[in-house]
Amino acid sequence: MQDIVETKYFDRETVVHALNDPSQVIPLLQYVQEREGYIPEKAIEEISEITGVSVSNIFSVITFYKQFRLRPPGKYIIRVCDGTACHVNGARTLLDILNDELKLEGTDTTQDGLFTIMPVACLGCCSLAPVMMINEDTYGKLTPQKLRKIIKDYQRKGRETN
Amino acid sequence: MYKIIVGMATCGISAGAERVYKAFENIIKQRDDVTLSSTGCMGMCYREPLVEIDDGKNRYLYGDVDEKKAQMIFESHIQKGTPLEDSIVLIDYERGKEEEFNKRQYKIVLRNCGHIDPDSIEEYEKRDGYKAIRKVLSSMTPEEVIDVIFKSGLRGRGGAGFLTGQKWKFARASVADQKYVICNADEGDPGAFMDRSVLEGDPHSVVEGMMICGYAIGATQGYIYCRAEYPLAVKRLKKAIKLLEEKGYLGDNIFGSNFSFRVKLKEGAGAFVCGEETALMQSIEGKRGTPRPRPPYPAVKGLWGKPTNINNVETFANVPWIILNGYEKFASMGTEKSKGTKVFAIAGKAVRTGLVEVPMGITIRDIVFNVCGGIKEGKKFKAVQMGGPSGGCIPESLADTQIDYEQITKTGAIMGSGGLVIMDETTCMVEMARFFLDFTQKESCGKCTSCRIGTLRMLEILERIVEGKGEEADINRLVELGEFIKKTSQCGLGQTAPNPVLTTIKYFRDEYEAHIKEKRCPAHSCGALVKYVINPEKCTGCMICARQCPASAISGEKKKPHIINQDKCTKCGKCYTVCTFDAIYKD
Repeated sequence: MQDIVETKYFDRETVVHALNDPSQVIPLLQYVQEREGYIPEKAIEEISEITGVSVSNIFSVITFYKQFRLRPPGKYIIRVCDGTACHVNGARTLLDILNDELKLEGTDTTQDGLFTIMPVACLGCCSLAPVMMINEDTYGKLTPQKLRKIIKDYQRKGRETN
Repeated sequence: MYKIIVGMATCGISAGAERVYKAFENIIKQRDDVTLSSTGCMGMCYREPLVEIDDGKNRYLYGDVDEKKAQMIFESHIQKGTPLEDSIVLIDYERGKEEEFNKRQYKIVLRNCGHIDPDSIEEYEKRDGYKAIRKVLSSMTPEEVIDVIFKSGLRGRGGAGFLTGQKWKFARASVADQKYVICNADEGDPGAFMDRSVLEGDPHSVVEGMMICGYAIGATQGYIYCRAEYPLAVKRLKKAIKLLEEKGYLGDNIFGSNFSFRVKLKEGAGAFVCGEETALMQSIEGKRGTPRPRPPYPAVKGLWGKPTNINNVETFANVPWIILNGYEKFASMGTEKSKGTKVFAIAGKAVRTGLVEVPMGITIRDIVFNVCGGIKEGKKFKAVQMGGPSGGCIPESLADTQIDYEQITKTGAIMGSGGLVIMDETTCMVEMARFFLDFTQKESCGKCTSCRIGTLRMLEILERIVEGKGEEADINRLVELGEFIKKTSQCGLGQTAPNPVLTTIKYFRDEYEAHIKEKRCPAHSCGALVKYVINPEKCTGCMICARQCPASAISGEKKKPHIINQDKCTKCGKCYTVCTFDAIYKD
C-alpha cells in the first residue's frame, strides 16, 4: 500500500478517506468536476493512485455517466429540459433556436467559450414547461422570443465581464 | 400572531418563490408577531409560487404570488385583517377555488409535504414523526413488523409492484454478517417528480421507513441513492442525516434499544439505467452501472455480495404511516390487489398540473377531469401516458380503467413510478413514441445487443415516419422488433423500452398510417408534415421571416402581409420561430 504524498486536486482529508476504496471513484470524480467544471487528465491519474482502480476503468466510468465531461465547459451552462412535459410544449424548437443563435455546429460549446448547451432529461419543473436553466437560474414558460432575448442579455453580460 | 409559510420546493423556487420569500423578509422586519418559514411541495405546481398565511384560526393559501402581491397580502391580510379573496386558492386545504383539486386526494405519502419545515426534526416529530420507529423498537419483533407490512398489501412504488412485505421476508431469511437497506431515489423518468417532492418536502419520513426496514430485515447500514440532478433533495437529505446523527436517532443503540443503524447518501451521476436495482448497486460500488442477471436476487446477494433490500422513496414513506395507523386502514383503501394510495406527478395539457396522491382504484377519467380539471383551452382529451419510457399510452376510450397494477398492465401500459402525462388532440402519438425511444436508446447501457441495437433500429424507423419517409412495412417491423427486444433483454429497461411504441401502435395505428400513407400528421405537430402558413391578419410585414428563410420561400412587400410559397418551403420551421407577432401557424 503506497502512501499518497501530494495531489493537485484533492486535499489530504479526502485522500485518506478514499484510500484504496474503489467505491470512492464516483464521489472523487464528482468532487473534481464540481471544482474544475470537468475532469482533467491528471485528476484521473490521481484518482487511480488513490483508489487503486486502473485508469482505464475510471475512464470507462467517466464515459458511462452523463454527468462527467472531459472538456472545460463554457462560462454559462444552458440546461435545456427535454422531459416529457417540456417536449410536448416545444422543447425541440428551443434547442433549434439555441443551435441557430449560438451557431453551434455539432459541438456543445460556443467558440468564444461563453455557452455550453446540455439537453437534460427533466429539471422537474414540469408545470413551467418549457424550461431551461442557465447556470443556477431557471427560466420557465419560454417562447422563441423570450429565449432570444435571454440569450442576447447573457451575450452582452458575458462580453462586458470578459 | 401570523405565520407566513412559503412553498420552496424546486418547482416553487423556479417560479420565483425565493424572491417572494425575500420580499416577505423585508416587509415583516418591524413586526415581531409575524413569523416567516419555508416548506416543501404543496402539490399545486400550476399556482406556484404558493404562500400560506396562518392567522391561528384559519390557513389561507395564496397562489401565483410575486413580490407585488406579497406586499398586497401583507397590507390587506396581516395589517388590516382582510384576506385578499381574489388571490386565495384554498382555505384550510378544504374549500376555495381549487377545492376540486384536493377533494379526491388522500395523503399518506405526502402527509407532511407542504406542512412542515423539512429541515426540522421537531416539526416532523410534532406530526407523529419517529413514533413508528419507537413503537417498532419498543414493542414489536422484526417478524411482527414484516407481518404488518405484508398484510397491508403495500406494493413497491418504483413501478414493478412487488409485495414489499414479501421482499422484506426474503431479505430477513438470508443469513449474513452484514445486510443493507437501499432507498432508490434515482428517479429518472422524464416527467416524473414524485420522489423529488417527497425528499424535498419530508425527508425524515423516508429515513424513518428505512430504519424500520433495517430493523425488520436485520440490517445496520442504509444507503440512499439519489439522482445528482436533484441538488435540493440532496441538500435536504444531507442535512437530515447530519441532524439525526447529532441527535442520536441514527447511530448505535437507537432510542435505548439494541438496534443500530446508519445512513449514507450516494449521489448518482446521470444514468437512467441506475434506477434498475442491480445497476444501482454496481454504481454504489463505484463501477459502471450495468445490470446483471437475477437470480441471485439482491435479497440473497446484493451490495458487495451481501443480502440487500431495495425499495423506492414512496414505498419507504408509506411504512411509518402503516405502522402507526395499522395495516387494516391501509388495506381498506384501493382495489383487491392494489392497496393504499399512489402519488402521481401530473404534467402535460391538463388545466391543473402538479403532485397528487389518490386512493388506488380511482379511474383515469376521474383524475383527468375532476382532479386535474380537464384539458386546457377546451381541447379534446386524447390519451394519458403512464410509466414514462417504460410505460405506454392509455387512450380516451379506456379512461375508465382503474388505477390498479393489474388493470393498467392489461392496457399495455404500466403503473410505473407515477409520471402521468395528459395529452390532447395536438399531441402526435408517433412523435411521442419517438421521443421515448430516443430517450431509452440513449440510456441503454449497451450490455444486451437486442436493447443496444434493437432500440436504435426502432428509433431510425420512427424518425423516418415522422419525417414523412415511412414505408408501409414499417409498422410491422416495429412490432416485430419490439416483441423481440422485450423477450431478449436482461433488465427492465430493455424489457419495457418498446412499450411506448407498441401501445401507440395498438391504439393509434391510424396515426401511424396517416404519416406513412398520406404523409400527414393528424395532430399537426410533426414539423416535416405540416404546412407553415402566414395569418395575414397578424402579419405586420416586418420582413424578418423573409430575410431568415433559407429557401427564399417567403415573399411580400414591406408593411404588407407576406406569403409562403409552399413549393419552395423546406419546412425547416425557421419562420415559425423568428416571427415576433405569432403570425405563422402550422396547418
